[in-house]
Amino acid sequence: MNTLANEITRDTGTAAISAADLAKGGTFGGTVGDITAADPRMVCREVNVWYGDKHAIKDVSLDIGKNEVVSMIGPSGCGKSTFLRCLNRMNDTIDGCRVTGSIELDGREIYDKGLDPVPLRAQVGMVFQKPNPFPKSIYENIAYGPRIHGLTNSKAELDELVETSLRKAGLWNEVKDRLDQPGTGLSGGQQQRLCIARTIAVSPEVILMDEPCSALDPIATAIIEELIDELRENYSIAIVTHSMQQAARVSQRTAYFHLGDLVEVGETNQIFTNPSHKLTEDYITGRFG
Amino acid sequence: MNSPAINPGDGTPGPAPAGEPATRRAIDIVNASLKRRYAQERRFRLLGATAVALGLLFVAVLFLDIVAKGYTAFQQTYIHVPVYFDADTLDPTGERDPQTLANADYMGLVKKSLRQLFPEIKERRKLRELYSLVSVGAGVRLQQMVLDHPSVIGTTRDIWLLAGADVDMLIKGHIDRDAPESDRRIKDSALELVDRMIADGRIEKRFNTGFFTNGTSREPEMAGIAGAVMGSFYTLTLTLLFSFPIGVGAALYLEEFAPKNRWTDLIEVNINNLAAVPSIVFGLLGLAVFINIFGVPRSTPLVGALVLTLMTLPTIIIASRAALKSVPPSIREAALGVGASPLQTQFHHVLPLAMPGMLTGTIIGMAQALGETAPLLMIGMIAFIVDIPSGFTDAATVLPVQIFLWADSPERGFVERTSAAILVLLGFLFLMNLAAVILRRRFERRW
Repeated sequence: MNTLANEITRDTGTAAISAADLAKGGTFGGTVGDITAADPRMVCREVNVWYGDKHAIKDVSLDIGKNEVVSMIGPSGCGKSTFLRCLNRMNDTIDGCRVTGSIELDGREIYDKGLDPVPLRAQVGMVFQKPNPFPKSIYENIAYGPRIHGLTNSKAELDELVETSLRKAGLWNEVKDRLDQPGTGLSGGQQQRLCIARTIAVSPEVILMDEPCSALDPIATAIIEELIDELRENYSIAIVTHSMQQAARVSQRTAYFHLGDLVEVGETNQIFTNPSHKLTEDYITGRFG
Repeated sequence: MNSPAINPGDGTPGPAPAGEPATRRAIDIVNASLKRRYAQERRFRLLGATAVALGLLFVAVLFLDIVAKGYTAFQQTYIHVPVYFDADTLDPTGERDPQTLANADYMGLVKKSLRQLFPEIKERRKLRELYSLVSVGAGVRLQQMVLDHPSVIGTTRDIWLLAGADVDMLIKGHIDRDAPESDRRIKDSALELVDRMIADGRIEKRFNTGFFTNGTSREPEMAGIAGAVMGSFYTLTLTLLFSFPIGVGAALYLEEFAPKNRWTDLIEVNINNLAAVPSIVFGLLGLAVFINIFGVPRSTPLVGALVLTLMTLPTIIIASRAALKSVPPSIREAALGVGASPLQTQFHHVLPLAMPGMLTGTIIGMAQALGETAPLLMIGMIAFIVDIPSGFTDAATVLPVQIFLWADSPERGFVERTSAAILVLLGFLFLMNLAAVILRRRFERRW
């Protein structure tokens, strides 16, 4: 993966795109590449999102495969986070946000009128950009989700679930002696791992990560990227990232977004060494971003 | 030849070095205006300091005035008299029947004991003067003693009897001995008796427990704030019980669950306006709706609490909404992301974090309600009520109204008692605000 990261920095020799040219918008005639996955967990077709009158996501179709990491890259404001938030209906909490199209989780349409978003969010967990542990003890942070969903029957089972989640998140050894200390007292990287542990404690099927490492130092980032690789064995992960190198390091498939359109999707290797669409190539080689 | 770039001494950037073209740099203009700006700031600071000092001065003067007038009320004059509990007067049948004992003539005993102290006084007018030195409440004290311990019948006990209001004022120095007799409430002959008793060591000032345990009374020496304090206590308890859940619930609904449309805007505007409505209007509302339409008993803590609830709801709602707005949205997102329902998110995460602000608002609202007089006058809590209320539907009065009534009374003894009651009220308000500050400090969280 690291050699791939090195390859990204090659320069095509041409100058950067001017601001005026960029504002005109690139030529876009439809998504390039294979949007489907072999064994899809989530299937999205023709998704459109409006914030009031602003058309933020335009006709995006994408699959999230089982046990794979899909990364979504693109310049700021291109709609990656918006699309991610559609996958667990977090956009419901925003006034004036309208979503059309079809998003299915294991064959069931999640934007169905009758579907309760509460258990959906237990199946599709989310880790946010800025670590946001509850201002409660570390134990309580992990235990809250299982408790409200009734996943365990006894205190002993809950203790075990907390320990398992913390182990899976790679945090157990650091906090096992201070489970009753407030979660907000940990360092940034530890807090983010705590949030990941909190997410996997409710046994989701898909984990959404919205720029999880952007607020962390490189060492904490490396720890979390290793963690993502381990989590891949049990969960499907969709990660939004600003760093192309990170996308190259952790994901199997990569989707490039540009101003609300899904420009290109494909194997991470292929996207970063031999992109098909010109916009993708311009972004990857750093002509804008 | 080069002038320094920075002026030594005051640190301001210096003028352009000599030899450069005479175009004015921006920094020269800044320097020129500096003096005026600093002078303006000095004047402003001086004004601010003066305002603060004046404010503190007025508070000090007010406080000292109240304390000076009121501190004497915490002491009460008593007269030491040996009282013979005559069995013939108290219990002629010898059966110790409580009814008989209760109805016996205790003042007669007091008068007899006084006559025995001053056997030389025979004339009726002078005897009346003698009797007036002791309060009519002294008889009540003796009655209580006999009912509690019937064994005192037949014995002589030395009792500290409550002195009358005039003697009380004299001992505390509020009556001027040197004024001409026609201007004084105590005539010279009575003065003589008092001086003799002082010489005998029979007059003493003690801590006025009666002030805290008695209800109000026409006689200043027997008047106390217990009735008013209990009335305030019951009223405020009910007010808290009603206004806190309604206020917090309304704020939670308006902030988190209500759709943002014209109706909710209208409600918000109305709530903000209600906070500014004169409190007597709530009293009129209480009179018209609660008492006339719903038939809630008049002059009770129940109806007082209903009126005060209406008054403090806007305060609580506005403070609670501000507290809810201050909870960062990341907490809500985190809770929703784990699969909490909207109600669970609010009650398990948002509300606990907003609680300090809500509690502060509530305590401030309660402190306001404690000092309210006007609305309670309209619903009848101005009546003269001697009994100490024991429930939510007993007729009662509240402390500010009691102060208002005492301030109106002509007796001299009520002047000091009014000020003392004001001190008690201020003490309660101070404690409540202190509690608000402590609560806020304790629960402040750092993200």
